[in-house]
Amino acid sequence: MLSFKDFKNGLMVTLWFVFLTFPLLVIKINPIEKSVVWRWHNMLYVACGTFVFYVLSRLYLARKRVAQQKIKAGIIEDKVAWSAKFFSEPKLYIPLAIAGGLFSLVFPALFSTYQVNIMITALMYVVLGLGLNIVVGVAGLLDLGYVAFYAVGAYTYALLNMHFGLGFWTVLPIGGLLGTLFGLLLGFPVLRLRGDYLAIVTLGFGEIIRLILENWGDFSEGPSGIANIARPGFFGMDLSLEMSINYMYYLTILMVIFTIFVVNRLQDSRIGRAWFALREDEIACQAMGIDKMKTKLSAFALGATWAGMAGVMFAAKTTFINPASFTFLESAIILCIVVLGGMGSIPGVIVGALVLILLPEYLRAFSDYRMLVFGAVLVIMMIFRPQGIISTVRRTYSLKD
Amino acid sequence: MDYFIELFFSGLTRGSIYALIALGYTMVYGIIGLINFAHGEIYMIGAFTALIVSTVLTIYGFPLLAVFVLTALAAVIWAASYGYTIERLAYRPLRSAPRLSPLISAIGMSIFLQNYVLLAQTSDFQPFPALIPEFDFMEPYAHIVGSSDLAILVVSAIVMILLTFMIKFTRTGKAMRATAQDRKMAMLVGINVDNVISITFIIGSALAAIGGLLIASHIGQINFYIGFIAGIKAFTAAVLGGIGSIPGAVLGSFILGLTEAFATGYVSSDYEDVFAFSLLVLILIFKPAGLLGKATVEKV
Repeated sequence: MLSFKDFKNGLMVTLWFVFLTFPLLVIKINPIEKSVVWRWHNMLYVACGTFVFYVLSRLYLARKRVAQQKIKAGIIEDKVAWSAKFFSEPKLYIPLAIAGGLFSLVFPALFSTYQVNIMITALMYVVLGLGLNIVVGVAGLLDLGYVAFYAVGAYTYALLNMHFGLGFWTVLPIGGLLGTLFGLLLGFPVLRLRGDYLAIVTLGFGEIIRLILENWGDFSEGPSGIANIARPGFFGMDLSLEMSINYMYYLTILMVIFTIFVVNRLQDSRIGRAWFALREDEIACQAMGIDKMKTKLSAFALGATWAGMAGVMFAAKTTFINPASFTFLESAIILCIVVLGGMGSIPGVIVGALVLILLPEYLRAFSDYRMLVFGAVLVIMMIFRPQGIISTVRRTYSLKD
Repeated sequence: MDYFIELFFSGLTRGSIYALIALGYTMVYGIIGLINFAHGEIYMIGAFTALIVSTVLTIYGFPLLAVFVLTALAAVIWAASYGYTIERLAYRPLRSAPRLSPLISAIGMSIFLQNYVLLAQTSDFQPFPALIPEFDFMEPYAHIVGSSDLAILVVSAIVMILLTFMIKFTRTGKAMRATAQDRKMAMLVGINVDNVISITFIIGSALAAIGGLLIASHIGQINFYIGFIAGIKAFTAAVLGGIGSIPGAVLGSFILGLTEAFATGYVSSDYEDVFAFSLLVLILIFKPAGLLGKATVEKV
């Protein structure tokens, strides 16, 4: 399937990348001791890696082209995505959902507290991913400062708990509401603008929040953070550490189920359809009488609400927060979850979060490469599979006679 | 008064560095309407290449002038190559994709490059040798304006004048302006639009590398993260001046540089970055088209 020319091109590309990565990968300097280490083996890795990747991507593209030609010529029919088939058949997905539900219920009994803790983290990212999915996936607004709302929620709980002794259950709605408020405040001026401005302003906003938290010591305790935040209470009972972690786990599960329920209902609602329409074509959408501003703002604020609530849970889980937990990288991870899983797809986001959070936990050896891989995932997914692992199933109505 | 002048010059220095980066943003935006998030990383890669090349050359005993020239050359060549490659890899395949796709791809590229440099080199701050010597004739003014400040101002002024000439009078410059005005029409009159876009990335990256080299030598240390903040600020400057407009980018950069210098000098240096971001939000609220930009109405 690959011609000689492809290999020749592959060789040229390889040479180009060897040249490109030469100073940064091969030379390692120590400016203080004035010494140089030449790492020629890296050059070999780059060469092999580039060549293999080039050939594989060529093969993939060639196969895709052949398949498309066949579809055009009517030899084979356009495949329905397996996810579409799977999720339109209740017989298939209901058993899976029940099995997943049962497994998550007995999970703390089967695994150690350490595993449960990791799972809580992963589930929180599921909630965050689903929240961001409303903004990015459903409404098509690129929010790069999502972590700011997360920080708002976390600091709401930490500060209210520290100063006024308010409990988890009181603060959870307050955190959500404050998230909404910040979302509205930021969204109102910016959402009038084109999408790419939104990306950069939210990015800037995320950094502003973090810098304020870091520098305004009287308010937020500065970079040292706030410790000894109360764990969620259970009808005033004293829980042992293990019990309270298990309790936190079930709370997170409840939160995930609640989020899935709400997001699912929203997507099928009038406003949900307006979001989808807005994502596809703004002008046509306005012509149909949808208030662009209000619709966008509602998506943005709702996403922020979820981030706020997830932030409260995060503070309650870790019992310690500082501004370092809310850097841009956190926003990038959440975005990566949504993009990898499939923008707008609820099962996709869940799978995406579990894969991206659990894999690095268990592949500790590769954890240094985590962010590198996340960056690459964003690019590669956009080029080769923009719909994500599990693509959304568009609701279609078929007429039956 | 001396303090005021000192701040003024430090503002101009900042401004000219922002301008060198902002030009890349604005040119790319003008032509393909994409915020090239990875542009800040190009600036960082330029600075890192300069650090590596200058250290190696110094160790092998090259004279100072040769070190400076070769370092600048290497930084520009490699940064331009990275810019070109990024466009080919991450943006060109997405030319006809929905607007969100290239943007996400650009963010991915930015994260990738940051971590690539982090893993390939180090996460610590690296000391950067002062490549610009102290000029003797600057001695009496040294307490107000440093030699490297002056060098930065002069070099960026020369670079910007060259760029203006290139865009105004050469064939490539004309092709770039035509592509920015209307890409389809440019194709119809026989302009190879793909080449023009590549050239735009190459020029933008080269400018960013010069900025990276100058500022690294001025401040004296770099790490893998410098591109991120510098990128956002330069973008702010580009938006302030009106994105897509080249004189706008320069004007916006100087306004931003001066604002930052005075704000940190007279108010507080803790909130240095907050000023820039707040300025960005304020401009977008009150004058989204920027100072020199034209407000465009989207037609159906």
